[in-house]
Amino acid sequence: MAGPLQSIERAAAILRLLAGGPRRLGLGEVAASLGLAKGTAHGILRTLQHVDFVEQDPATGKYQLGAALLHLGTSYLDVNELRSRSINWADALAARSGEAVRLGTPLEGQVLVVHHVFRPDDSLQTLDVGALLPLHASSLGKILLAYGAAPLEPLLKEELEAYTRHTLAVPEDLSRALAEVREQGWAAEVQEMSMGEAGVAAPIRSSGGLVVGAIGLSGPVERICDTRGRPQASLVTLLREAARAISRDLGAARW
Amino acid sequence: MVERYVLSIDQGTTSTRCILFDHRGRLVSVAQREHQQHFPRPGWVEHDALEIWRNLERIVPQALSSAEIAADEVAAIGIANQRETTVLWDPSTGVPLGRAIVWQDTRTAPLVERLRKDPGDEFFLDRCCLPPSTYFSAPRIRWLFDEVPGLEQRARDGELLFGTMETWLIWNLTGGVDGGLHITDATNASRTMLMNIHSLTWDQDLLDFFGVPRAMLPEIHASAENYGAARTILPGVRITAALGDQQAALFGQTCFSPGDAKCTYGTGSFLLLNTGSKMIRSRHGLLSTVAYKIDDQPAVYALEGSIAVTGSLVQWFRDRLGLISSAPEIETLALTVEDNGGCYIVPAFSGLFAPHWRSDARGVIVGLTSYITKGHLARAVLEATGWQTREVVDAMNADSSIGLKELKVDGGMTADNLLMQFIADVLDVPVVRPMVAETVSLGAAYAAGLASGYWPDLKVLRNNWHRAGQWLPDMDPGRREAEYENWQRAVERSIGWIRQPGAP
Repeated sequence: MAGPLQSIERAAAILRLLAGGPRRLGLGEVAASLGLAKGTAHGILRTLQHVDFVEQDPATGKYQLGAALLHLGTSYLDVNELRSRSINWADALAARSGEAVRLGTPLEGQVLVVHHVFRPDDSLQTLDVGALLPLHASSLGKILLAYGAAPLEPLLKEELEAYTRHTLAVPEDLSRALAEVREQGWAAEVQEMSMGEAGVAAPIRSSGGLVVGAIGLSGPVERICDTRGRPQASLVTLLREAARAISRDLGAARW
Repeated sequence: MVERYVLSIDQGTTSTRCILFDHRGRLVSVAQREHQQHFPRPGWVEHDALEIWRNLERIVPQALSSAEIAADEVAAIGIANQRETTVLWDPSTGVPLGRAIVWQDTRTAPLVERLRKDPGDEFFLDRCCLPPSTYFSAPRIRWLFDEVPGLEQRARDGELLFGTMETWLIWNLTGGVDGGLHITDATNASRTMLMNIHSLTWDQDLLDFFGVPRAMLPEIHASAENYGAARTILPGVRITAALGDQQAALFGQTCFSPGDAKCTYGTGSFLLLNTGSKMIRSRHGLLSTVAYKIDDQPAVYALEGSIAVTGSLVQWFRDRLGLISSAPEIETLALTVEDNGGCYIVPAFSGLFAPHWRSDARGVIVGLTSYITKGHLARAVLEATGWQTREVVDAMNADSSIGLKELKVDGGMTADNLLMQFIADVLDVPVVRPMVAETVSLGAAYAAGLASGYWPDLKVLRNNWHRAGQWLPDMDPGRREAEYENWQRAVERSIGWIRQPGAP
């Protein structure tokens, strides 16, 4: 395995330096204090600024620690911001797939539906933004669990609630299913929350690849799945394209 | 059979966009390019018309190639454009005379003030149904004639052409100096203050009044008809539609029946109500405008109410007060409290517009107590957009007697769930969001597709429209009444803040 990465060590030193003093520091002060070339220090500061760990005063150009550092443990992407940034892609996905689209983020051991686009058939549907879904029995929830956006440990302690006979209520089964999700890059839920219903979901990533939410399609099982009960490949392709597009908009480089 | 597409051009205030739509009205490909905003003096806003034309030359091929679509797969071209922006050019060289004067530009304010006194609003309302305002094109032409020596004479000698953006683009697309078509459509012409709103022809009284020679004006056509084929960029493809952007949004939302209404929520907001083939002259501070005209069918009219400050109030809250770091966070902050805590914000930043029209009003925040938090302020910010919508809808209901049954919405603020619910609550009608957010572009595509036979009739277009979301009213009527009263009392307090110089 490779040794410590020099740029990360230097970034840590810059953060310690900014955290140590009561006042903002200029680029020259940072570079001089750490014995770095100005160009190097500037590059690191700009990257730290990009991830909101450092803020630059617009008037003086001096640096201080960013607000994001104080909230490291909590979700840093505002859910309403996530909706706003996804809305066009989610609409396009619903239009192309002909199915309803939902976006979910983790909230206290459940999935919070933060956006909902109706199935484009003009049937009577109710907006269920704000609804909560179980993590283990929804495709959105499985994505959040599989990629560490929601903690898995509390779910592994005991038998989980079985909504139907297909629900993954045994912790070992759930863990195995999540490994599969990571393997294939998307999650399915076939009649695990209610009979006759199915859904597929894919991760939404932000910069650095961090999963901040999930986007999914859901509907009657005979529309989502093929005759063998597997989600239709064409739907999964559309879904993953939409997830990648949103992720790119949020600053995830590789997806 | 070859899958064919309709190409839509949205020449907007900040950018020009080119979007391809398929037969089901679904977006296939987008290309866009921003153009520079020029602010040579306070209140002046200009665009370089040549830059906009060059941007169009770039983005059309981009939109085609990114979807791997060949030029012969494009069935028709439709154009939607920023309204009222004025460009003059020399038809022998194709070079504009100076930069285009944008609809936001207020340089004609002193002239407009004089016109409102003499000959007064009635003279204009009788003919074009618009009161003098800095928005419209005719005062700009007069201003240019007064300021630029020799310009008026050149116009009389036929050495100058006038156009709004669609006219400029169509002229260039159809050959430019080499016989380009000099045409406009009835929706755009209805915003010049030069067109008679009843006959849909240039009004001789207005032309005489402003001193605008007929020779410089484009021919007025329907919004959807076969204007002619492009001779450059997409040679041979027919141009079959042009509409002002807000009218295009109304068309894209398939508001084809009297009583259908849409509101586009952006920096400011524009609510348009289809009033059918009947032109309604507003007695409540709204504008009457042409909604669209298809081929030789009778024109369809609309009432328009514009709200100056909606999204820009959220931006103010973000940029000037710094209470949020991104616009969508306003909803997060507003959800930290149950209600507005008794606080109301009237964003009369540059006076009150429709339906009040009070330039002496300025913004107020009322109901402040030590209980109020930034969460309550965030609520009041969102509610201001809701109540301003309610005021415009009330004015429309009073003018038209049709009565709003449902409001179709589009624009960036429709991502704000709390706001959309609040609008449904205060209007007491369902608020619906369509699946295609790009209603301006879609409207231009629909009109173009209709005129070219790509779509057979309005019914097919209606079937293409799908709900992406819907908010149903869910507010106690007593509370709605009480809150509206509070809002109206807040509005009263914003009025009369600015004292006229010399007034007692």
